[in-house]
Amino acid sequence: MAGIDLNDVVVIGGGVIGAACAYYCAEAGLRVTVVERGSPGGGTTSACEGNILLSDKEPGPELELALLSSRLWGALADRRGAQAFEYQAKGGVVVATTEVSAAGLAKLTVGQRASGVDAVDVSAEELRELEPNVTSAAVGGAFYPQDSQVQPMLSTARLLRLVREKGGRVLTATAVTGFLRGADGAVLGVRTNSAAVPEVRGKCTVNASGTWSGEIAELAGAPIPILPRKGFILVTEPLPRVVRHKVYTAEYVANVASSDEGLETSVVVEGTQAGTVLIGASRERVGFDRSFSLSVVRKLAAQALEVFPFLEHVSLMRTYLGFRPYCPDHLPIIGPDPRVPGLFHATGHEGAGIGLATGTGTLIAQLITGATPDLDPAPFRPHRFEEVAA
Amino acid sequence: MPTSPAESGYDVAVLGAGPAGLAAAVSASQAGARVALLDSAARPGGQYWRNRGDTDSGALHHDWSTFRALRGELRGRIDHLAQHAVWHAEHDEHGLDLYALCDGAERIVRAAALVLATGAYDRQLPFPGWTLPGVFTAGGVQALLKGHGVLAGRRIAVAGTGPFLLAVAAGLAQSGADVVGVFEAGHPAEFARFPGALARNPAKLTEGARYLATLARHRIPYHRRRAVIAAHGDGELRQIITATLTREWQVVPGSEAPVDCDTLAVGYGFTPQLEIPLQLGCDTRLDGDGSLVAVADHRQRSTRERVYLAGEVCGVAGAAASVVEGHLAGLAAAEDVLAATPDPKRLRRLRRQRGSLRSFANAMHTAFPVPAGWTGWVTPDTTVCRCEEVDARTVEAAIDELGAADPRAVKLYARPGMGLCQGRVCGYATTCLLTAREGRTPTADDLRSVAARPIANPIKLGVIAAGQRTGPRTKPVGANCTELKN
Amino acid sequence: MSAEFRFDGEPVSAEPGQSIGAALIAGGRRSWRTTRHEGAPRGVFCGIGICFDCLVTVNGEPNQRACLTEAVAGDVVTTQEGSGHADLAC
Repeated sequence: MAGIDLNDVVVIGGGVIGAACAYYCAEAGLRVTVVERGSPGGGTTSACEGNILLSDKEPGPELELALLSSRLWGALADRRGAQAFEYQAKGGVVVATTEVSAAGLAKLTVGQRASGVDAVDVSAEELRELEPNVTSAAVGGAFYPQDSQVQPMLSTARLLRLVREKGGRVLTATAVTGFLRGADGAVLGVRTNSAAVPEVRGKCTVNASGTWSGEIAELAGAPIPILPRKGFILVTEPLPRVVRHKVYTAEYVANVASSDEGLETSVVVEGTQAGTVLIGASRERVGFDRSFSLSVVRKLAAQALEVFPFLEHVSLMRTYLGFRPYCPDHLPIIGPDPRVPGLFHATGHEGAGIGLATGTGTLIAQLITGATPDLDPAPFRPHRFEEVAA
Repeated sequence: MPTSPAESGYDVAVLGAGPAGLAAAVSASQAGARVALLDSAARPGGQYWRNRGDTDSGALHHDWSTFRALRGELRGRIDHLAQHAVWHAEHDEHGLDLYALCDGAERIVRAAALVLATGAYDRQLPFPGWTLPGVFTAGGVQALLKGHGVLAGRRIAVAGTGPFLLAVAAGLAQSGADVVGVFEAGHPAEFARFPGALARNPAKLTEGARYLATLARHRIPYHRRRAVIAAHGDGELRQIITATLTREWQVVPGSEAPVDCDTLAVGYGFTPQLEIPLQLGCDTRLDGDGSLVAVADHRQRSTRERVYLAGEVCGVAGAAASVVEGHLAGLAAAEDVLAATPDPKRLRRLRRQRGSLRSFANAMHTAFPVPAGWTGWVTPDTTVCRCEEVDARTVEAAIDELGAADPRAVKLYARPGMGLCQGRVCGYATTCLLTAREGRTPTADDLRSVAARPIANPIKLGVIAAGQRTGPRTKPVGANCTELKN
Repeated sequence: MSAEFRFDGEPVSAEPGQSIGAALIAGGRRSWRTTRHEGAPRGVFCGIGICFDCLVTVNGEPNQRACLTEAVAGDVVTTQEGSGHADLAC
């Protein structure tokens, strides 16, 4: 069946990053096939809260990518309908419960405004107007109107549906088992475990396999340092709207930036369209240990109660966990791999994957087509780790 | 950290005070173990022996004398921890911890060995109108009658599949209810194909025959290959639509007939409660009735050390099998923890009984299957997930338009199973809607993804948070929950 | 000795050991809750605490499973709308 093999782009991984890469490539007129070993968004994407944040990023390349991505998510919602993604431009609120953290936050917002992020310092009163249920111990905070949220798995599935509508292919329940190589070592596509589609050829192959992209990169002989950083999320019983924005405390930013192997927790609380409240956040480097951790769950519950005391009488209904794809320098890996012609990586977004997906997808499409990238891709280059080692 | 079970807690904890749990607790305790028997209900008996308490004469019950004998043993070396709803369990090298909620507060029970006898609940297949008040599960109608002395309604239809429907209808009839009919979707003559199983279980045959005789006496028709495919009413049930089914459970066009009634008791077999076995990492498998069950060996051991299984949790087989397995599990636990060797003659007898009863259960499973054709009576507007009000149209869109390739993805795109019951009621049906489209039936992997719940009961965040300072450990005092509350 | 409780202000009688749900059904009531999205009426479905359909507010505490909660004399039981936590809404 000639024609089936003529892909411009093969995307490995049908999570939010892979879906965004496929979507923007398809929009650019490229022929795309996505190879996903489970269901769309079934990996780490399914364990996310769906945050699209500017508020938690320090000035630098990640913030630049976040600014681009946030605009693109808004444009997607405008074009395709917010309901398609359960897109809510709800805004983010950071709460300070001590004068010290309030002062630190005020310093941070100065830098953020200078970098183009809308960051509004708020007094304790203003905070309570924004979040009536917040603790009376809050001394102040910051409000970020540009923070927004989507439903991550739904959004991923919708993006892939749009890829199909544009003539692209999405192979689910199909795992990549190896790479097709040319005589010069270039990657020409992938081998799969599917009897129906054992090979998928493409001029460019994008490794967007999230927390497993290190394994996939190994198959190509192009290792990248992606490690899992485990996180839990608590889900409450359904409630009316009780938390209006994504709310977190000043500790969250410090947490993200840390590389500590031990357990790090901070408070992250937000509502969802369905009415449940999601409570996070924990970070641990314990490999792919899928076991439930009662002590982490207790800690997250206790911390959340300090910020939203009403949660004391609200029931915990379920918990879920996921593995963030973590890079040692806390920046994603986006771009062509100079070691292996034809291979690109789009991975390592740690806890910011949903928010950074659209910018990543756009960048990948631009790098593949040769269009001028919206951002300098240099900070995200895959070979930066070897440079450091050399 | 406690160094020995003797100092820290019980020798054997039993979870579930139904037929299997009661038997396990009694056998373990008679073998010398210090036993804690936990159950979320106030009174022992589980579902099968649901009763009105001390005033209950047992008239509505079977094997009442067995129950009374087992219950009588509770006043010995067994701590009956009633109203302990276990939401989580953990295993370490020292033993097992059960995290329970009792009267809004957290209780932790530690034991060297654990017998899981958590039973099963009715399995449901959605149909248009099934969310109308007046539609109950078959088990729910039974529970109202046996546990509370209440008839669920005035004109009651009983529908679904399986021998349980006969028991429900007979019990209702004996209590003076107007039962308009029993609508069995299958064709139970199938079990005549298993003469061996029947020969080993003469008591089961007489039990079945007795039910049928009761139905005949009360002139209650027993329709075969008839199912309820819709329910109508304005705010509550007024009428059901029954129809004839083919062998594959497709509706025969033109066979629809309305039946006026205000109450429907419906059930399509049972789903074992597997939260705790799954939390502890016990292996599970698909049983002959299409249900996921926990794997138990000939001594009722699970695949996890010092964790034992008895009753419906390792395969739906009825109360008699549960009692036998309970005894076996209790004896095995006591042997492993205390080196209390059981009497080999007793073991042989119990195993023989288990063998006969399990072979009958297997015959029942084969005689009362749930073929995939039932999804044909689901309309786009039919509610699939009762908690989150997700209709079939949305579930199907998740599969067809959004590409859900497994039950978990269906849940995450369309939300069936995301409500308070966490998929207990809709999990099996949602899985069937997916697998039917793929031309297959649910596998163990499919059902595991809808059966696993790390939080087995909703628990207040305040209680979870408070437990950060180690919760009160329940120590054996030979008392019940009331005494331990302080 | 039967227990009397109030449901939406009306007296309801319960036999000893009866659940609130059983007593309500015995008194002819089949629903006491409305769902979050459709506002559809619900009452007891599974009767054994699995399905969370029979939720009712008891003495101000929402989301009590009526089929599991024993009726106690003097209980104040009310219909539950939606999540039962309307008081937390902001």
